[in-house]
Amino acid sequence: MFELLGIPPQALFGQLLLGLINGSFYALLSLGLAVIFGLLNIINFAHGAQYMMGAFLAWMLMTYFGIGYWWALLLVPIAVGASGVVIERLMISRLYHLDHLYGLLLTFGLALIIQGLFRNQYGVSGLPYTIPAELSGGTNLGFMFLPNYRGWVVLASLVVCLGTWFTIEKTKLGAYLRAATENPTLVGAFGINVPRMITLTYGFGVGLAALAGVLAAPIYSVNPNMGADLIIVVFAVVVIGGMGSILGAIVTGFGLGIIEGLTRVFYPEGSAVVIFVIMALVLLVKPAGLFGRTV
Amino acid sequence: MTFTRRLLLSAALIFATGPAFAETAVKIGVLNDRSGIYTDLSGEGSVIAARMAVEDFGAAAKGIKVEIISADHQNKPDIASSIARKWYDQDGVDLIVDVPTSSAAFAVSDITREKKKVFINSGAGSADLTGAKCSPNTIHWTYDTWALAKGTGGAMVAAGNKKWFFITADYAFGHSLEKDTAAVVKAAGGEVVGSVRHPFPGTDFSSYLLQAQSSGAQVIGLANAGGDTVNTIKQAAEFGITQAGQSLAGLLIFITDIHALGLKTAQGLVLTESFYWDLNDETRAWSARFAAQHGGKEPTMVHAGVYSGVLHYLKSVEATGGKDSAAVIASMKSMPTSDPLFGKGSVREDGRKIHDMYLFKVKAPAASKGPWDYYEKLATIPAAEAFRPIADGGCPLLK
Repeated sequence: MFELLGIPPQALFGQLLLGLINGSFYALLSLGLAVIFGLLNIINFAHGAQYMMGAFLAWMLMTYFGIGYWWALLLVPIAVGASGVVIERLMISRLYHLDHLYGLLLTFGLALIIQGLFRNQYGVSGLPYTIPAELSGGTNLGFMFLPNYRGWVVLASLVVCLGTWFTIEKTKLGAYLRAATENPTLVGAFGINVPRMITLTYGFGVGLAALAGVLAAPIYSVNPNMGADLIIVVFAVVVIGGMGSILGAIVTGFGLGIIEGLTRVFYPEGSAVVIFVIMALVLLVKPAGLFGRTV
Repeated sequence: MTFTRRLLLSAALIFATGPAFAETAVKIGVLNDRSGIYTDLSGEGSVIAARMAVEDFGAAAKGIKVEIISADHQNKPDIASSIARKWYDQDGVDLIVDVPTSSAAFAVSDITREKKKVFINSGAGSADLTGAKCSPNTIHWTYDTWALAKGTGGAMVAAGNKKWFFITADYAFGHSLEKDTAAVVKAAGGEVVGSVRHPFPGTDFSSYLLQAQSSGAQVIGLANAGGDTVNTIKQAAEFGITQAGQSLAGLLIFITDIHALGLKTAQGLVLTESFYWDLNDETRAWSARFAAQHGGKEPTMVHAGVYSGVLHYLKSVEATGGKDSAAVIASMKSMPTSDPLFGKGSVREDGRKIHDMYLFKVKAPAASKGPWDYYEKLATIPAAEAFRPIADGGCPLLK
């Protein structure tokens, strides 16, 4: 059996696969951020909190109403997305004519408030949420034991990411959206309700965060800080991919997951910073990000 | 009545009634995590426990006026030291209690020594607090990494699990816990086949678990705490680590962590604690009072330690008739401790509080009668064996 840098190939394949799994969360979350930034020009700092709300709502449906995972997968994004619509209508829509910084500050404040409320109510230790029976267990791939649930996460994330990319880049609806970003007045003149479209886009982006939250609930600790821990990394992913680039968010999300996974094998202590080192390098060489359009 | 006469009269009244109450005024600062990953195991619960100690001691009736304040150190040493400094210098705090997170505890221990006050630590783990970095002003109450290693590590090796792999949180506490456990494992004839250090706090541990799995170890020692441990155990269950024949050893697990995991995931874990609410009638009665004030949540051993520590401090204040730090600490070390939660014990010269520790096993869901009925007692580790012998700690105070 050959070894690569002292690591047996089985272990390496296993770690690559794990990286891909973490990458699916990065991709799903950065996708939502990229959609919101690309079409609304709002840096949505509440994204982590909305992801956390998704996980909590799945737990609440299970605990208070006995509604299981599969329904949560459908209902939670809709409910959290609706809360996003309310926030956009009441608050964010007042900031479009101002600098980006104001949107960032508002959503950052919202994130702190939401996290604080959940922390007060549920504490920080986290709440139990089990893997649905259909997806428990796992498959022995020879080089590693792959839990079925993780395989499902990669699959679900890929489908949602590609679907979103296709809708925005290749369909008529996506064309309207992109046109509305470029020139809202002109698109409005064609009889399209631009403000409503923007509201729904924000709701959709938030719904994506909530979906990631439901997917995460069975494997990560469901606690009020779960989003805050992740969101900084996700922002780095978006910056590396290029702010607002949908494809960039997806590709870098998966790619960085893999790089982080490899760092965990070769130098675990550095796994928390490797993404930020890459971000710094990318910003130095290509400030608009790997897939970003230079402005 | 003129203004002057009224003033004189009230002054006379104050002097007349003054000595009858509030002979000694003591201010206690509860410093711990109130927003991060250790909130549930310390946090407001520690304040409640301190308040209960003051009530049970009957401080008011004994002429001791106690005031309790609290603050959030966010698990950061710099924030902990600036709060401690302000409390001692400006707010007249006499005693700081709790302080989880070892790095923050070391910072508070240094300042307490410099200001000649009293520090009773309940929340932090590093055994160095009463070892190489011991202080005449610090008492380490509830547990330490050596005792945890001795309890869980010793029991696992004795059961025939000799090959160990460590997943360690990359900061003072994690290193200390790994070092102490590895020493216990080796002393008992076991071996350490590998270890990995993860950034603190972490989210995804599957990568480390996979490394542990391929190492061929029989036991995976989790030298981390709080949310990190919860996540590691949750993911170990998912990756079928325990089904494949490896055991997990939670080296620092609190009952709040088991509550977060749920028994389905946590069942079978072996762990060491110094307190459990369901040990005997006295702990049950105290815990019921505690839970009534804390939203129905049972106390952790850290909460119990805060209660017991404050109670012993107040007894010493009463015994010495004042709050002079040196005299109070001398009295705390010479007077045996006794309270309903830890039973009888003592405080050693190096500041280590000595009491029994317990080895518990987490119940299967079917064996549990309801929320918080989580542990089955496997063994009692007697006080004399539970903690590191005073000569091995290397505490400079003893020379």
